[in-house]
Amino acid sequence: MSSVLVVMEQRGDGKWHRVSLEALAAGQKLAAELGVGCSVAVVGEAGGLVAELAALAGVDVWWVKHELLAKYSADGWVAALQQLVAEAKPGYVVFPHTYQVRDYAPALATRMGQVLISDVTAIGAGPVFTRQWMQGKLNAEYRHVGDGVCLVSVQAGSFQDRGQGPGPRVQKAGEVREFVPVIEVGQIRTRAGEPFREAAQTVDLSAAQVIVSVGRGIGEQENLAMVEELAAAMGAELAASRPICDAGWLPMERQVGSSGQTVAPKVYMAVGISGAIQHLVGMKGAKTVIAINKDEAAPIFEIADVGVVGDLFEIVPALTKALKAGA
Amino acid sequence: MKIVVAVKQVPERDAVVRVGADGRSVDESDLAWTMNEPDAYALEEALQLKERAGEGEIVVLCAGPERVVSTLREALAKGADRAIHVVVPEEGEGSLGTRDALGVATLLADAARAEAADLVLTGLQSDDLGAGQTGVVMAELLGVPHATLVLAVELVDGGLRVKRELEDGWFQQVEMPLPALLTVQSGGNKLRYATLMGIKRAKLKETRAVEAGASGPRVDEVLKVAAPERVKRTEMLTGSADEIAAKIVAKLKMLR
Repeated sequence: MSSVLVVMEQRGDGKWHRVSLEALAAGQKLAAELGVGCSVAVVGEAGGLVAELAALAGVDVWWVKHELLAKYSADGWVAALQQLVAEAKPGYVVFPHTYQVRDYAPALATRMGQVLISDVTAIGAGPVFTRQWMQGKLNAEYRHVGDGVCLVSVQAGSFQDRGQGPGPRVQKAGEVREFVPVIEVGQIRTRAGEPFREAAQTVDLSAAQVIVSVGRGIGEQENLAMVEELAAAMGAELAASRPICDAGWLPMERQVGSSGQTVAPKVYMAVGISGAIQHLVGMKGAKTVIAINKDEAAPIFEIADVGVVGDLFEIVPALTKALKAGA
Repeated sequence: MKIVVAVKQVPERDAVVRVGADGRSVDESDLAWTMNEPDAYALEEALQLKERAGEGEIVVLCAGPERVVSTLREALAKGADRAIHVVVPEEGEGSLGTRDALGVATLLADAARAEAADLVLTGLQSDDLGAGQTGVVMAELLGVPHATLVLAVELVDGGLRVKRELEDGWFQQVEMPLPALLTVQSGGNKLRYATLMGIKRAKLKETRAVEAGASGPRVDEVLKVAAPERVKRTEMLTGSADEIAAKIVAKLKMLR
């Protein structure tokens, strides 16, 4: 019986990581297609989340507990999950593609002689797993080969969590089983400090109604002024994709994307942004996306409502001029 | 301190990518190549660590066909001391495409192990396949502790203290003993350009070619590669810059 095991991730504040619920949705869909059962694993401290999950989603939960799992470490998680997989013997393990999963799941896969099929955006019959190549310019379909367990992580925003908590309405609550792995102090080779933030954020892009966002296409720092002028003419907040902030051209707090802010304005104008997934997850919630990019194959056009394939160095000044004339 | 930096050569960011004739790979015939950007940040971190320590050796490591020598040379020009080229065929049996993430990481780990480095650095993911696993898999194969998404590295007695990025603007310090492996996030440092002097010196530095081991069977198989289907209907605006500008202004008026 090649059942599906979903490894959930909880956050420090006693809530699920959002992508966990999406991973559960993906795991349940996969299990339904394969006609097998779906259970869940929760590692470490989880408070009331475990009982709530079993009751709401009707899934059986493995609660992996050990004093050395009070705090996340890759070594602890790899050791614990390797033992759980040996005990539960799933055919498939589904993870949310979070920073934490990226930190330990490849090592877990290696220890089992497997390869994580990472950052999956769709699961089709077979099962066939779709993941992006070339920053979203291509889709590649993968299949797991061999008898071993198949490990998959799913991309944020790709699988619908059903809204009212995890899972469909259930008749029967799931069963919670505690699993205590064998881990020794010496196995945990890293020591992690408490999470912290840098200086207080002064720019809150999440409340902005109109955002002009600039990406790599701008080429040089000197050219930013042109986009700043456009933002001013539109009455918009200025934002950027990661490379612009990495280069120090704009402060990190203006970054939109998985490592920056998540925004949901009425209008999001993407100037010279190709639309790598790390950026798209931060602005998918925008009501209307207007994209200007010279590359018609840029993934940003897949989510844009209005698109312009062209030279931003001509279009941006023309637009600023037109806005000023119309004001 | 000896640092191995594992880098990958990837298609240039603006490259027009086409699906290969077999329908399950990228057509490489017309591509321009460059160093994977997160790996460039890993190299930069290594260079700065060496500069701060005032001593040390940086060995840059890349697996791929003949073309990757240009990327190794770029790393040497920026300041790496020597290079190791794990040679795999351009295509067919044993080429990178016939190896999965574990297979490629095994090639790199084998070469790194032979160097007995104190620290192995690599980028957090590649801009082409984007699996984001090579570094972590290498750490596991080498049997050393690791940290991912690293923005800053500090040497503390006998070990490392790194700042790693968490999600949503949070960070964390992690400490570990050496030897260790770190995957580097972009933006922690500013990338340097190679100087003319650096380019000249690079020509005198050693690039050692080592033959890649045979490739085992893949654990995963790529069945099909295709351009994504457009799900959303995008209204494309055309015309002169002024005409497009007028159309956008009209749209904006409707939207607000």
